[in-house]
Amino acid sequence: MTTLSTGATPVPAATGTVETTYREALREALREALREDDRVFLMGEDVGMYGGCFAVSLGLLEEFGPERVRDTPLSESGFVGAGIGAALAGLRPVVEIMTVNFSLLALDQILNNAATLSHMSGGQLHVPLVIRMTTGAGRQLAAQHSHSLEGWYAHIPGIKVIAPATVEDARGMLWTALEDPDPVLLFEHGTLYTMTGTLPRDAGHVDITRAAVRREGRDVTLVSYGGTLHKALAAADVLAGSGVAAEVLDLRSLRPLDDATIAASVRKTHRAVVVDEGWRSGGLSAEVSARITEQCFYDLDGPVERVCSAEVPIPYAQHLEQAALPQVDQVVAAARRVVG
Amino acid sequence: MTTTPAQARTMVGTAILRIVPDADVDGVSPDADLRQTFDLDSLDFLSFVELLTQQSGVRIEEDDYPELATMASTQAFLARRSG
Amino acid sequence: MAADFTMPSLGADMDAGTLVEWLVHEGDVVHRGDPMAVVDTDKSAIEVESFDDGVVQTLLVEPGARVAVGTPMARLGPAEAPAPVAPAPVAPAEVPAAPAAEAEAPAPVAAAAGPAPAVQPATEPVTTPRRRAARPPARPRAHPASPPVRHHAAELGVDLTSVDGTGAGGRVTRADVDRAAAARHRPPAAARRVSPYARRLAEELGVDVDQVVGTGPGGAVRADDVQAAAVPAARREAPEVAPAEPAPAAPTPPAPARAAGSRDAIAALMGRAKREIPHYYVATTVDLGPLTDWLRRTNRERPVAERLVPAAALLRATALAARAVPELNGFWVDGRFVPGEDVHLGVAVSVRGGPLVAPAIHGAADLDLPTTMQRLRDLVARARAGRLRRAEMAEPTLTVTDLGDQGVEEVIGVIYPPQVALVGVGRVVERPWAVDGMLGVRPVVRLTLSGDHRATDGSTGARFLATIDRLLQHPEEL
Repeated sequence: MTTLSTGATPVPAATGTVETTYREALREALREALREDDRVFLMGEDVGMYGGCFAVSLGLLEEFGPERVRDTPLSESGFVGAGIGAALAGLRPVVEIMTVNFSLLALDQILNNAATLSHMSGGQLHVPLVIRMTTGAGRQLAAQHSHSLEGWYAHIPGIKVIAPATVEDARGMLWTALEDPDPVLLFEHGTLYTMTGTLPRDAGHVDITRAAVRREGRDVTLVSYGGTLHKALAAADVLAGSGVAAEVLDLRSLRPLDDATIAASVRKTHRAVVVDEGWRSGGLSAEVSARITEQCFYDLDGPVERVCSAEVPIPYAQHLEQAALPQVDQVVAAARRVVG
Repeated sequence: MTTTPAQARTMVGTAILRIVPDADVDGVSPDADLRQTFDLDSLDFLSFVELLTQQSGVRIEEDDYPELATMASTQAFLARRSG
Repeated sequence: MAADFTMPSLGADMDAGTLVEWLVHEGDVVHRGDPMAVVDTDKSAIEVESFDDGVVQTLLVEPGARVAVGTPMARLGPAEAPAPVAPAPVAPAEVPAAPAAEAEAPAPVAAAAGPAPAVQPATEPVTTPRRRAARPPARPRAHPASPPVRHHAAELGVDLTSVDGTGAGGRVTRADVDRAAAARHRPPAAARRVSPYARRLAEELGVDVDQVVGTGPGGAVRADDVQAAAVPAARREAPEVAPAEPAPAAPTPPAPARAAGSRDAIAALMGRAKREIPHYYVATTVDLGPLTDWLRRTNRERPVAERLVPAAALLRATALAARAVPELNGFWVDGRFVPGEDVHLGVAVSVRGGPLVAPAIHGAADLDLPTTMQRLRDLVARARAGRLRRAEMAEPTLTVTDLGDQGVEEVIGVIYPPQVALVGVGRVVERPWAVDGMLGVRPVVRLTLSGDHRATDGSTGARFLATIDRLLQHPEEL
């Protein structure tokens, strides 16, 4: 397997890049994993015949057969548990859970088994399992399919939690996650599947531990991840129009958090706004904000602001759903408050 | 154990870097005046002596200070005193 | 949405009214319910309130004019900022850098855009409320204010009894409250909000945070405010987007940007010193033979870390001399000398690649020589690491600048205002020296004193240097 860090080596634009979508990039990553490592298999509800509830695995059953692409019964606890067993036995399962809301049925397996076995066995057992799931709102799927609970998982020691927000990360994170000896949860924001982007033809693995500076600025740091990255970038565009240079961070890894990159940015800008589609109370934004205060207190020139979802179950009606979610103008307003 | 010239050079370099963190210690010629090259005032020089003493175990009196003028003289001094 | 403020019908039989007085100025932010104008209806003078929120763009009618009901009298524009958090119409750039500038400032605050003089009540210039609002003690009597204005004041935490009204009959308008809120220079220390970064920066730049005007929410002092206070007021003409200047991005060493800021501060301070202080200079050469002999002896018995250097002994002697000649230890304030309560000896330290700072050794006359030495090492180390404490940057009563290590034999320095003297120390050099009719080679040092001739005369300076000389001849007693 060749490892190329994407973007590092310039390639001729005409022949070296390909226009793709976040969905296709995820599929290409699955295809590569299935092709390159025969221990890898995919399972979940409707991943085979139907091609995945969000069509990520479309065509893979035909390409790799029912042994490698397995439809499961509607029992998250059951098939996540099976994935843990397969991982313990030496395979490299990729388990798809339709949405993060449904993952709660498998929370016992994830928390009490996958996350703990390495510690409880004194390192004798490893669970090299990757669980993919959709998170987030914005598609009128109502309160039981739309929440952003990745922050809950980021609370749990023993697992890693990553959130690809770009096409490049959708393409490159899976393989790195499969190489990890311990469980990795990969959160795909539902509104990103149709996002297009350009990838080098030979795009490959990416690091899954570091946050990325997606836009540089000196006045305020906008901390985001997954679906909120693009709102933060849009907000930075608006802010640039009024002379405020916002730096946009993409956390990429929600557990562990890349404290060094966050702190370096805040020490530069002295101000921070955390944008999180999760709820504010007890959420990931609270964790990020607390760490900024712990590590950068004497560099802060104002309170850390947060822009989060309204504290309601995500509504169905489109205007209510949009009203409940973090929006660009709220990010802009928060940034202006801290910049003054 | 006699302090070798290489060891002495390392000790001087380490001490200078503690006092002047961005100093170019590798680039200093053997006969350059250390106080002038690194802009050491009397307090810095005292720190320098202190750090050299810590590293080499050689007690350095004020009367010895002239022997610490350059890299070469310091190397010679430490070799002689530690022998 | 723009809206007109029109002559209202204030009774069924009213078809026209006379504008007596405007209660707002162009540029004022007004809210529904705020008094806008006084109108004479032929029966009585009535205060008319706004029906809309917005900014007064244009006053269309002059006081004294009689206009028909329904005639537009003022044009309101939409309030610029949608955020309700930003109530103050005072642009930050208009806030003077230091309270000292306050009295001079014409304070065009809200009325900047309009032909203000035409609409002001003659007896009450716009400047007064601002200046008065800054006066700390509360007044016993409350000024009349409408309920919306009371509510607004409560929200901003403004005490209405301390606000002078510019409205009719001394009535407090919303704009008065906003001005009072913006002009609260010095809330009680406990209530003062200073961002952690601003506090740190103030210490590093030697700025007294209590003197800084905060432009953040609730008057919070932020980094920009500190930086603005650190540079002379003239620099503030620069546009708010100044990419190079307010960015001490690198947190650790004194960055060039900060050095540049300090350069400005030094330029301002030294410029002031040479403009205002009539310096006199006296100098003497002191035999350091006894001191160097004594130091050599005592240092032989000391661990390396506790050795003493001549600079420490010179500081110690200077501190004792400052106590013996108190006329040189203190400040020139408001045309007279104010003696320092103790000897806080400023030590000019040049920071590698950075600015000159002069932090103080507090109570220097009460420290013995080994302690003085420790304090000096500690102070210089922290000054160079950018870790000075705020108290150390507070007024030294007398400053010593020792350039001996830089190789010069004599320093004739510039006094740091408001201090009244500066001691210069040169390099210790060996010179032919006659003692008791015999010529010998002795280590000597050139000491100078720059004195403020307003505070003392040359004879005082001479007495001071002679005292140092005498003290240095008996180093064991230092």
